[in-house]
Amino acid sequence: MNGFDLSAILRNPEYTAMLLHGIEMTFVIYIGSWLLAMTLALLLLCIRFSPLRFGGRAVAAYVSYHRNVPTLVQLMLWYFGIFTLFPPGLTSWLAAHNAETIFAVIGLGLCQAAYFSEDLRSGLRSVSPGQMEAAKALGHSYVSAMRFVIMPQGVRNAFPPLINHSVSLFKNSSLAIVIGASELTHAVKEVENLSFRTFEIYLVGTVLYLFFSLLIMGAGAYLSMRADPVRSARA
Amino acid sequence: MINDVIAIIQDYWLLLLIGQYPNGPLGGLANTLILSAFSIMLAFPVSIILALARLSKWRLLRWPVTGLVYVTRGVPLLMLILWSYFLVPLWTGADVPSFVTMLTTLVVYQGAFLSEVVRAGIVALGSGQMDAARALGHSSLGAMRFIILPQALYNMIPSIISTFVSTIKDTTLGYVINVPDLTFAASQVNNQLLTQPFQVFFILAVVYYAICWSLTHVANIVERRITRRRAGLSGGAAPVELVPAKIISEQL
Repeated sequence: MNGFDLSAILRNPEYTAMLLHGIEMTFVIYIGSWLLAMTLALLLLCIRFSPLRFGGRAVAAYVSYHRNVPTLVQLMLWYFGIFTLFPPGLTSWLAAHNAETIFAVIGLGLCQAAYFSEDLRSGLRSVSPGQMEAAKALGHSYVSAMRFVIMPQGVRNAFPPLINHSVSLFKNSSLAIVIGASELTHAVKEVENLSFRTFEIYLVGTVLYLFFSLLIMGAGAYLSMRADPVRSARA
Repeated sequence: MINDVIAIIQDYWLLLLIGQYPNGPLGGLANTLILSAFSIMLAFPVSIILALARLSKWRLLRWPVTGLVYVTRGVPLLMLILWSYFLVPLWTGADVPSFVTMLTTLVVYQGAFLSEVVRAGIVALGSGQMDAARALGHSSLGAMRFIILPQALYNMIPSIISTFVSTIKDTTLGYVINVPDLTFAASQVNNQLLTQPFQVFFILAVVYYAICWSLTHVANIVERRITRRRAGLSGGAAPVELVPAKIISEQL
């Protein structure tokens, strides 16, 4: 260590290229798992509200598993465990196509789907039942009442926890380093190994994470303000 | 498959639960639980101090602490672990065990998260309690100590239990700096066996599930009891006019 020198990292094209690649992969994992989680969460909601007998219980079990097992353990189970049970052809195909990133997306997405579906469910539950009756009285079918009356209100109610969980999904994308994905934390460690400027590079990494977290929080706050200006103004 | 799982448990239960060479007398589950218990015990007073600082009227106290809480909450825990991994030895100037590094990180991290809970608990009590206590002659510090905090903390017991659960889940990240906890023990077992990774990590997931699920269950029972008591159904502490948002949404 010979003094604090941020430019040693930021002026070095090799290091900045590594960091940029790390940011890119972090966002690939983040956006991929976010989309997977949201799709699955909507599917889980449909199952939960469907008249299927075991639907509710199955979804509750899914949510319970993903909330009570550490995310890291879930990722390890996917990458070190379930991956080895795949047929050999599929395994080698995945290994050739960045399996770490794919399993990071799968593991994080499945886990976050549990949280998203709970957020949406509590958002929907806080829409009063009278809304559905009123919509039906006005001639809506169940589906169109859901689509035009219940869902918009429910999603609006679910905005604050959804934003929180979107930010924590972004932070959890750093766990992908454990299964070897080359995301931002991985890039930070690599630059550290090459430059020995531990303090500086961790500062850069931390500031980057903080910046993107705050950006996602801000974007979420903007969206919820657009969706519901009155309530946001009150809050 | 089932036979493999049983065989692994029979062969390695000692390593998974209590631990042995090279991790010293403790390891595996024991370390996980001790680490979580110590973190939450130390994070709790930290969180009260942080919450009171954020509620204080001095900006010089309020702003830096607010900044600290925002930074801690906006940065991945893994990043914080790597920070203290090289900062703690730098401060103490000694070879620090990874257990201590992990403990320090978790205290700061959970302290920041809990401080939001404590702050919300205090704010939710409303200003009436403080006004009444001041009218009865308490100083504002005395009112905080004898009137506000006891009520706020009593209402927060369920949140504290769920923070304990998330602390247990967070200790797994110590894997990155080789804290000899349950995850580390399981990966050691996996390295010795090499042939049954799925079975090993399956056992790991089941053990974590069992612990965290039972604690969540305890938190729910305590929460229900507190709600009932607050509604004045079973005597005890004076009912407080406070219904958390979660309970409202459950009733609907």
